[in-house]
Amino acid sequence: MTLVDLLGGVILVALMAYALLAGADFGAGIWDLFASGPRKEGQRQLIEHAIGPIWEANHVWLILVVVVLFTGFPAAFSAISVTLFAPLVLLLIGIVLRGAAFTFRAYDERGDLVQRRWGALFSAASVLAPFLLGLLVGALASGRLRVNPAGLPRSSALDAFTPFTFATGLLACAVFAFLAATYLTVEAEGELREDFRRRALIAGVAVFATAALALFLSSDEAPRVFSGLTQHGLSIVLHLATAAAALGAFAALLRRRPRLARACAAGQVVLIVLGWAASQYPYLVVPDVTLASAASPLKTQVALLIALAIGAATLFPSLYLLFRVFKGERPLALSDKEPPRRG
Amino acid sequence: MSDLIAARSLFGTSLAFHIVFAAIGVAMPLFMVLAEWRFRRTGDPVHLELAHRWSKGTAILFAVGAVSGTVISFELGLLWPRFMVFAGPLIGMPFSLEGFAFFAEAIFLGIYLYGWERVGPRFHLASGGLVALSGAVSAFFVTLANAWMNQPAGFALVQGKAEQVAPWRAMFPPGWAHEVIHVLLSCYAATGFAVAAIHAFYLRGAPRSAFHRAALGITLGVGGAAALLQPLSGDYSARAIALSEPWKLAAAEAHFETGRDVPLRLGGLPDVETRTTRFALEIPYGLSLLAFHDPHAVVQGLDAFPRDAWPNPLLVHLAFDAMAGIGLLLALVALAGALLALRERAVPTHRRYLAAVVIAGPLGFVAMEAGWLVTEWGRQPYVIHGVMRTAEAVTPVGNLSLPLAAFVLLYLVLAFTVGVLLRRQIAHAGDAARPVTEGGR
Repeated sequence: MTLVDLLGGVILVALMAYALLAGADFGAGIWDLFASGPRKEGQRQLIEHAIGPIWEANHVWLILVVVVLFTGFPAAFSAISVTLFAPLVLLLIGIVLRGAAFTFRAYDERGDLVQRRWGALFSAASVLAPFLLGLLVGALASGRLRVNPAGLPRSSALDAFTPFTFATGLLACAVFAFLAATYLTVEAEGELREDFRRRALIAGVAVFATAALALFLSSDEAPRVFSGLTQHGLSIVLHLATAAAALGAFAALLRRRPRLARACAAGQVVLIVLGWAASQYPYLVVPDVTLASAASPLKTQVALLIALAIGAATLFPSLYLLFRVFKGERPLALSDKEPPRRG
Repeated sequence: MSDLIAARSLFGTSLAFHIVFAAIGVAMPLFMVLAEWRFRRTGDPVHLELAHRWSKGTAILFAVGAVSGTVISFELGLLWPRFMVFAGPLIGMPFSLEGFAFFAEAIFLGIYLYGWERVGPRFHLASGGLVALSGAVSAFFVTLANAWMNQPAGFALVQGKAEQVAPWRAMFPPGWAHEVIHVLLSCYAATGFAVAAIHAFYLRGAPRSAFHRAALGITLGVGGAAALLQPLSGDYSARAIALSEPWKLAAAEAHFETGRDVPLRLGGLPDVETRTTRFALEIPYGLSLLAFHDPHAVVQGLDAFPRDAWPNPLLVHLAFDAMAGIGLLLALVALAGALLALRERAVPTHRRYLAAVVIAGPLGFVAMEAGWLVTEWGRQPYVIHGVMRTAEAVTPVGNLSLPLAAFVLLYLVLAFTVGVLLRRQIAHAGDAARPVTEGGR
């Protein structure tokens, strides 16, 4: 394993953290959009309460991905920016609207029409942003984005928008909604807990459906992904593990074990991200940009790893503190047998 | 509109927008934590109310700063991919460390905002302190990257490529110290005066309001101190730039011809065709004195540099005069406030003085934008001085006026909304001496 692989690994871990944390915040926004039934307002309040203190910290994982990418793999950052210009601009607009609208709604003091409109914008942008994230990932893997050695695009701006990338966009929405619903099942109580348990089960089915659709379309549109997903020995193991995590999450939800379900759902998402990464390793942009071809000079790689180590030493204790304060005494617990939560 | 102009307009608009919120994100947490600290020491409920109100304002402004900063981190690649291929390995260090400072800021702001009832008083105060500290650290790192663009270091240029890359040396390029000091002071001065102006405005209607007096005390205390130090920092910067970036100083001072005994030109319109500056007020020996502390010193003019490497002296000079003029004005207002406060041993609340603070309020941010324009326009036509021209860095993607229009619209909507929200927040503030219950474990 080289330093380049290590840096690629850092990006992968940051992406996983982003999917698990910020992804769930996006998913919560999706459930804000689909809030319904007699406890509609209760659902929205729980969502606001759950993501309020943490969403900004969760968002920073994306900044970390961008920074490590342009420091460690500047040619890939450039190639991605150029070939995926249009969806990236749309993603930015989605991110800005989501963050701003959430804050504006949370801090506006009257519960009037204006505030409801912010809520609508927040939830609409919470669908747009993860859809585009999934679309971007699908496009990177598809092999349709071509750049020449000088970093100039050789593909059209519309090559990112295909049935396959739409399917990966929908898959991202489903995955994030599934994560959010399982997390919220842990945090909710009483009938609200049932609301989100049902939503988690529905979203779990949607994950299966969209994943199957993406796999089906990939055989034609993203052959490398398809062969990576279906032929390598390692990826078969990954699939089995992903399937096991998914079934575990379903079983735990059905048996009303929310903490276990949350752990399985998180494991499932980690394995999905890992599966995607494995299917396109060692490419950053299939098929023209690899980890090695885009890497910065060795001295920068070393310095970056040192900076990341220093940063991680400050980050992880702080993050643990944040989740301990807002997500209970045992923020990572698996067992559902626990002392009653603090009020 | 050419794509280069569109790209520069989009990036410039994004930064001009973000800078305001970034600066507030540096200074506002300090004000808020100082208010809480006063409350913890004195038990004065007015300071607790102030900390609450300010933390809500900080939450709104920080969120806008966070998302607009995200836009910029992506736009680096979207608009300037060739710049990033060259510069990424060199300025990545400060940016990645800034990422972690941003993490700390977001994490502890979350704890601060939502943790009033959940964590103990010391932990809460310490979280606020960490937000203030990491905000300043973020600004420190980001400014290092800008200093590198002005005076690139830490590599050897071989056939247009960076060889022998030394990332840690690139992180602290020559000139980093004066730029960092100037930027940090400007954050506290601009935010301090802007917030002070809001409270001064309400104090004019309710001169006895303990709430607004307390607010004025903290914001003018910090902002005024920064405004008083800023001319000293400006002098340090000017002397450093006279040696290291003489083209920028020449453009800022509308100084065309190299020579000794150079006057300082205030105002006026530099004309590159005739190489003269019309309508300027000239102070004999002024520039020689400012740049080298010697009335007879030789100061390089624009004529010392190739014509195709000149910045536009009209823009740079006007921006520079706006920045320096406002800076001096704010220092005077701060000085007057300090004298009044010393004489009366209280926060100054004379109507005339309050009026002066209200007028000075928005000017700090005008000076900050102008100062940023001086350093950016003063580096043109280069994006990395002497290494890469801005025109070479721009993306090959076309039709950039489309995203430009979209983002300008987005920023206008956000600015308007933030204004409305803050008005609503402020309208409720300090109007009642309502009983405050203190939460804790």
